[in-house]
Amino acid sequence: MDNNGSSEQAKAVEIRGVSKSFGSYQALKPVTFDIRENEFFTLLGPSGCGKTTLLRMIAGFEQPSGGEILLRGADIRGLPPHKRRVNTVFQSYALFPHMTLSQNVAFGLENLGWAKERREARVADMLRLVHMEQFAARRPQQLSGGQRQRIALARALAPEPEVLLLDEPLSALDLKLRQAMRDELRTLQRQTGITFVFVTHDQEEALDMSDRICVLGDGEIQQIGTPAAIYEEPSNRFVADFIGETNFLEAGVLSVDGDNATVSTPLGVTLSAPQKRAAVGGQAWMSIRPEKISLPARPGQIAVDGTIEGANYLGGYTYYVVDTGAAKLRVSKRNAASRGRMFEVGQPIKVSFAAESVRILGA
Amino acid sequence: MSGNSDVRRYPGFGPLSVLFFVYLYLPIAVVVFYSFNANRIVANWGGFSLHWYSTALSNAALVGAVKTSLLVAAVATTLSIVVALMAALVIVRGRQVRFRRASETIVNLPLLLPEIVVAVAVLILFSELGLTSGLLKLMIAHTTFCIPFAFLPIRARLQGMDADLEEAARDLYASGWVAFRRVTLPLIMPGVFSGAMLAFVISMDDFITSNLLNSGGATTLPVYIFSLIKQGVSPQLNAISTLIMIVSVVLATVAFLVQRRR
Amino acid sequence: MNAEARNARWNVLGLLPAQLIMLATLIVPVGIIVLVSFSTRGPYGGFDYVFTTAPYRQILFNEGWTGELEFNPQYLIVVARTMILAAATTFICLLLSFPVAYFISLQKATAKMLLIYLVTLPFWVSMIVRVYSWIIILGNDGVIAKTLHALGLVDNMGSLLFTDTAMLIGLVYSYIPLMILPIFASIEKLDPALVEASHDLYGSRLTTLRRVILPLCRPGMMAGSILVFVPCLGAVLEPILLGGGKTMMMGNLIQLQFGAARNWPLGAAISIVLMAAVLVFLVWRGLRAIRRERAEAAA
Repeated sequence: MDNNGSSEQAKAVEIRGVSKSFGSYQALKPVTFDIRENEFFTLLGPSGCGKTTLLRMIAGFEQPSGGEILLRGADIRGLPPHKRRVNTVFQSYALFPHMTLSQNVAFGLENLGWAKERREARVADMLRLVHMEQFAARRPQQLSGGQRQRIALARALAPEPEVLLLDEPLSALDLKLRQAMRDELRTLQRQTGITFVFVTHDQEEALDMSDRICVLGDGEIQQIGTPAAIYEEPSNRFVADFIGETNFLEAGVLSVDGDNATVSTPLGVTLSAPQKRAAVGGQAWMSIRPEKISLPARPGQIAVDGTIEGANYLGGYTYYVVDTGAAKLRVSKRNAASRGRMFEVGQPIKVSFAAESVRILGA
Repeated sequence: MSGNSDVRRYPGFGPLSVLFFVYLYLPIAVVVFYSFNANRIVANWGGFSLHWYSTALSNAALVGAVKTSLLVAAVATTLSIVVALMAALVIVRGRQVRFRRASETIVNLPLLLPEIVVAVAVLILFSELGLTSGLLKLMIAHTTFCIPFAFLPIRARLQGMDADLEEAARDLYASGWVAFRRVTLPLIMPGVFSGAMLAFVISMDDFITSNLLNSGGATTLPVYIFSLIKQGVSPQLNAISTLIMIVSVVLATVAFLVQRRR
Repeated sequence: MNAEARNARWNVLGLLPAQLIMLATLIVPVGIIVLVSFSTRGPYGGFDYVFTTAPYRQILFNEGWTGELEFNPQYLIVVARTMILAAATTFICLLLSFPVAYFISLQKATAKMLLIYLVTLPFWVSMIVRVYSWIIILGNDGVIAKTLHALGLVDNMGSLLFTDTAMLIGLVYSYIPLMILPIFASIEKLDPALVEASHDLYGSRLTTLRRVILPLCRPGMMAGSILVFVPCLGAVLEPILLGGGKTMMMGNLIQLQFGAARNWPLGAAISIVLMAAVLVFLVWRGLRAIRRERAEAAA
């Protein structure tokens, strides 16, 4: 693996003030961020957030309405797709149906003018890399979804692109296969050392695979960070809501002291917790994840009275809805004991949580 | 009554369909049957004979008309397929095409006008231009009305083709021309082929325009057949018709099989 | 921007040949037809660009020596016959095509393919040969007459040829594949679950046909009607061969004026009437489609 330059975190792609409008509709507001060499970078967001548009602008299929895109420091604005050392794995895979698998993989190399022997060696290597060497002479129609996915990867990786773009490549696969392909993708990225830019709307996929995630919403960047940072320290309500599950309670900001804020909550308690963008007198949300609430209450934590209003048994976990009078809290509880459900609907109960687990998010 | 248990079936549709196919093929069968009639008078059966085929094939006027038709059809097919292919690529694949719908309507204009109007239009045009070469007139006119028939199958094929494939080619370092030659063209080839077949048959089959333009010594096959019909029903005419039908069926079958191939 | 300018250039270049051809051979000439229809007939056929409305008057009236107009319905009858035959042909094609297309769509894949092939086949076979075949069948000595005679049913029925009925049979025969194919396509698109849902909700076969299947096949019927009606209006071969010289339709009336009668202005005027009829029909269908879409959108 090539580790030169990764110490100073060389930039593979620089997005500078890039925006995109279709007519009067602004699909992407001006965004600026960098994608580092050798990282697995994910663009995550709901459909229509502009993530695919961004990817297509890096690939050269769309022209930015404003701003510039740098690929390894060089401005690639105006360059047609075939002059960018960037390859794409398409959502539909887009394998050429009139070519065999090896012809598909060789296509980019031919266009780059690789000599025949070098080309054939590379194709063989790539097919081996994705464990498809025995299918070289088949055509795409004869493959299963997972196999097509592998060939699409081999084809896009063969020309050793500076950046590999992946447009929701797992969305067409069924659940089991999707899980397996996640690991395979991650392994491939490590093996090849190529920068991956991955687009998805599936937050679990993003958390599982990425080095860093860029959460996009409403055509702008909501947050960029490691999976843990995105989950644990969401920068706003959108991110906290989109990634994982959480309870939102309206909170009144009493005071802000650096990274912490003191708020009054509808649960009848006043607490001090890490904050983002909270302002005194302003509206804010207190967010607490279901798995961070203790059921039953633990000593030393903030405790609240309530009753069990509902229970959803999900195998590994049971989700409880606890009615505290002022608010309903969703609580997840691991089913460690052999019996699934430990609490009955209607049962009065005390729940608790630590103030450090709470996040205060300004509106 | 197993059919009745299927709610999708309707009684009577089957027999009606059988009658329909009889209606469709009976006249053709009659022509073929009488073409083998030895008797000069069509309706009186005089025994089996291939006589009329040999007279048909040695008929110089017929051979001349076939040659004219083939020449006109070849030129019209080639021109119309090139023009239609270019138009289809822009109309289906072009980005930010202004007046896309209007452009498509213009390409399909000959389908929206009754053919006699198209024929009158080109007749008047050629008379205003003072064009006298019958062959040239036919080639121009046939190219015009063949364009939509060449266009529609190509358009359908292009629309059915995933645009991702062209993007994938561009992504894999193919220039626009290479992407067209190596990905788009091979994949829409069945459409191009059926468009060409259709244009060819439409040109070979044309009567209205060719008849109205019939001057300058260029008589096409249908115009010649028309002149034979005017002279009255004859066994030789049946033989000629049968020969034409055989050629048509072969062409249609090839076109059909190509279209079916995925 | 660079890429967009390149795009625009290719777009124009790609469409140019087709548009130039249509402009030169159709759009401009149709303009000339309009001019000719208001021109004076030349002394030896042809025309002179001297403005007159005489060609249109000729459609309705005979002009006497002293210029008095006498109503002459002969051309009007041709126009009416054309409209009625075209409408009747379209209607019969619709009526016949639906059951046949539906029947075909119920077959297994191979049989379906074969039947569709059989429907399209006549379309490839020379039109003039197909129309000619009906002369043999309908003629004085024709197959029908002979058969009926041999059965002793009718002694001498006379010729079926050269009648409106003969034309109608020929027109339906010529154009029915163009009706079946689009209807078949729309039936194929129909989700069988919709038919089952209708039955599940207590719909009888008839109700299902009327309330579910037919409405969903309307786009195909609409397309088929246009494909049949427009060429029927301009039919030439069927009236000449099966209608004889006497019972004309607009198509062969036009042809006559540009041919033997050498009255180009009159021919042009009738062409304009024909085009107007087509236009009215297309606009009417278009408006109906738009209105239906609006109603569906509003609902």
